[in-house]
Amino acid sequence: MFSFVLHASLVLIALSMIGFIYRVIKGPSTPDRVVALDAIGINLVAITSILSILLKTTAFLEVILLIGILAFIGTVAFSKYLEKGVVVEHDRNNH
Amino acid sequence: MIEIIINIITGTLIFLGAALTVVAAFGVIKLPDVYTRNHAASKSATLGIMCILLGTCLYFFQTEGVFNSRLILAIAFIFITSPVAGHLVIRAAYNTNVPMCDHTIRDDLKQQQKITSE
Repeated sequence: MFSFVLHASLVLIALSMIGFIYRVIKGPSTPDRVVALDAIGINLVAITSILSILLKTTAFLEVILLIGILAFIGTVAFSKYLEKGVVVEHDRNNH
Repeated sequence: MIEIIINIITGTLIFLGAALTVVAAFGVIKLPDVYTRNHAASKSATLGIMCILLGTCLYFFQTEGVFNSRLILAIAFIFITSPVAGHLVIRAAYNTNVPMCDHTIRDDLKQQQKITSE
């Protein structure tokens, strides 16, 4: 029963990932795509966590934290690029 | 006996998280503009992933007797950073003039910017 619940949750998360991918492909503006990609990163964390229960190992728990940090950094870099045109500013005199 | 109870709690938490993720995906598909879509995606997906990670932490605490602090750290990190990421994306969207949906009747930020620029 417990394993059935885990498999059903994996199927639900995969379906929602298909929904986010639809928004990434169709989304009319760039922030739509960035929002959907951020949610896809969050979903990857969920899939990793459920798979580590199914495989009965704790070796993938670092990957969870890593994906969370990478998704946050990617989203911040994208939104800064959209707003200012550059990601890292080198101009030291203009502050 | 305690094992069955912990399995029930874990299964409920994980299934609740998966259902919340489906709600987030439905909102992202169905809602009309980028602001409402971000409202669905950032809140619902964050709560869903926190439920799933809490269930995982409880499961490994029951089977192996080891408390995984990395999972608690991941919960805290996602709880802090996911709304911040949503805020940054939406501020970039507003400043690059992404249109709102047709039913929007009120834009307080635009009036405020007009007042401060005059």
